[in-house]
Amino acid sequence: MEYFLQQFINGVTLGSIYGLIAIGYTMVFGIIGMVNFAHGDVFMLSTFIALIFLLLLTQVLGIGSLAVALFIVLILGMLLTSLWAWAIERLAYRPLRGSFRLAPLISAIGMSIFLSNLVQVTQGPRNKPVPSMLSDVITVREGANYAVTLSYKQILIVVVTIALLAVFWYVVQKTALGRAQRACEQDRRMAALLGIDVDRTISLTFVLGAALAAVAGLLFMVYYGVVHFNDGFVPGIKAFTAAVLGGIGSLPGAVLGGLLIGLIETLWSAYFSIDYKDVATFSILAITLIFLPSGLLGKPEVEKV
Amino acid sequence: MAVADQPRPMASNPIVAALKDALGTALVALGLAVPILALRTEQNMANELVLQPRWGYVGVAVVGAFVARLFYLIVAAAPKRTRPVAAPGAPGVMGRAFAVGGLIVLVLYPVLALAVTGQAGAVKWIDNFGIQIMIYVMLGWGLNIVVGLAGLLDLGYVAFYAVGAYSMALLTQNFGLSFWICLPLAGILAAFWGVLLGFPVLRLRGDYLAIVTLAFGEIIRLVLINWVPVTGGYAGISGIPRPTFFGLPFNASDEGFAAFFGLEFTPLYRTVFLFYVILALALLTNWVTLRLRRLPVGRAWEALREDEIACRSLGINTTNTKLTAFAIGAGFAGFAGSFFAARQGFISPESFTFLESAVVVAIVVLGGMGSQLGVAIAAIAMIGGTEILRELEWLKHIFGADFEPTQYRMLLFGLGMVILMVWRPRGLIATRQPSIFLKERRAIRSDLVGEGRA
Repeated sequence: MEYFLQQFINGVTLGSIYGLIAIGYTMVFGIIGMVNFAHGDVFMLSTFIALIFLLLLTQVLGIGSLAVALFIVLILGMLLTSLWAWAIERLAYRPLRGSFRLAPLISAIGMSIFLSNLVQVTQGPRNKPVPSMLSDVITVREGANYAVTLSYKQILIVVVTIALLAVFWYVVQKTALGRAQRACEQDRRMAALLGIDVDRTISLTFVLGAALAAVAGLLFMVYYGVVHFNDGFVPGIKAFTAAVLGGIGSLPGAVLGGLLIGLIETLWSAYFSIDYKDVATFSILAITLIFLPSGLLGKPEVEKV
Repeated sequence: MAVADQPRPMASNPIVAALKDALGTALVALGLAVPILALRTEQNMANELVLQPRWGYVGVAVVGAFVARLFYLIVAAAPKRTRPVAAPGAPGVMGRAFAVGGLIVLVLYPVLALAVTGQAGAVKWIDNFGIQIMIYVMLGWGLNIVVGLAGLLDLGYVAFYAVGAYSMALLTQNFGLSFWICLPLAGILAAFWGVLLGFPVLRLRGDYLAIVTLAFGEIIRLVLINWVPVTGGYAGISGIPRPTFFGLPFNASDEGFAAFFGLEFTPLYRTVFLFYVILALALLTNWVTLRLRRLPVGRAWEALREDEIACRSLGINTTNTKLTAFAIGAGFAGFAGSFFAARQGFISPESFTFLESAVVVAIVVLGGMGSQLGVAIAAIAMIGGTEILRELEWLKHIFGADFEPTQYRMLLFGLGMVILMVWRPRGLIATRQPSIFLKERRAIRSDLVGEGRA
């Protein structure tokens, strides 16, 4: 029981990170019907941006307080990652809007290869160990031979995720920007007729998704303590799986899917086989798409002839 | 600037406006470059990460972005020449001449390489360029059946390549079979896997199909990594026997190819032989594809690509049609994989990552989906272009001795994919020749061809 509780805590932590990335996939798919393949690599890029600014603040500028440093890193990371996503959308996807459907997907795959190799070339191919931080633990429950612990990192991850999701939910539901975004999602042409700048809204969708991915990037760096240029692909696919499982296009679905994928992955590793944990995720992806293509909370797609 | 005679209400002076725009681009480039380019994380002796500033690179990126944007604005502002739409008619004459010429060059390629670079250099040129490119041409043509003709986007094509390679490795190692027996077996096994993996994904379309095939490709690779007793895991399988020339091995022994014909032994014979084997396999793929296009099943593939619902209402069995496309495409990947295993003599899961699938898909799409010639040109451009970076030793004289051109290989590949896609979304060869026509044969623009939605 204690073991299960511990794995449950770990799974929720991991799932929060996946959920944050999954929102980027689900929003972009919702608005332009495209699988933004480079999103995983934007996330990877954000882990490096977070690492570099953390080192800059703590080593070069000598900021002693970790909380202040992390907060500044979070803001800067969100801004710069968003700028990257904005530039990528502007250069690689916008010229292909209205082209045939595979074109943006191929362009996104090219962008994904470009980004991971850019980081490899500029930052080197090795693992980058991050100085460990926030690793104190609280013992939640003392079992017979197993103590359930909750680390400060995990608390930070879950709290930051919930706080940002609340802000994000407010933006999408209550502001003019969010209304424009939802309108474009329903009918882009009609939204344009009503005076919404569709291109700008789509850019903002990419920016919002990237900002959340940057949060996930910082949390990922803090949680795992190591970043690598190849860390975009697999977390990206897992987050995409989360988006699909929750129902692509649905924002609560993305978070729910993220939590489920995080839990499934952790419990699978804990009880079955750690070697095959990625196989489990990929199988869920395939099974969901084949048998439940609209996901748990998605709207079924109606085919019109 | 030529734009001066077109009044623009926004900008009083177009040059100032262009400069402002370019300055904005440079600022964005600065924002993009600062974290990733300016500071490099390095581990010091105490295994701690420290930052190394490299502001020079940022300067280059910012100035480069400024100049590129200005250049783009000037080009875009120049009055557009209206390009006459190529008159459709007398199609294929140029294409046919080009294809025949290309074929002659390919057949003579080893001789040319030998004549130009001499015996020592020829092995490298035939192996790194000739064989390497031909493998991708063959994979591209095989995938073209699935993506270009049937319109099913398969991002896990490398799985079948892997099945072919591992079939070859395991059959030769465990049962002592020769290359020539394993080659068809590997193709059949890969085709079988094509049916097996194709079956569950039949009802998916477009992006979803692409993602599921990607998932299957990754699952196969993960199984190859983790099923150590059979596949050897990361260590892979080595000592795969090389192909023989009608039973004559290419080695220095008395029964070898060189000794049998009374020639002096060099490794060149094997390389040239392998080149002709892969050339023959690739041409077989091409020939089969061209013939299949004219058969009912080929016409059904193309009809399926255009409109699945119309197909079904005309009584075409879409299940079987899709499965044959999957199986035949997979079979050719199996052939290519078994050739790859025999050529390398060693295989490991490293060779079958998602990147390989992406490369093959890129070749097919950039070549112009469905165009055989376009796929071949794209393979030569993309693979040859990245291979040629290995040969650019002279760049070290410009950028310093620690400049390694090969590490930019995939960086440039990804960038090339994006640029080519934005520049020509319909691929390099953007015309199609319908295999059935009313009255006269003519080429059509590929905008009119279906999108691979099925």
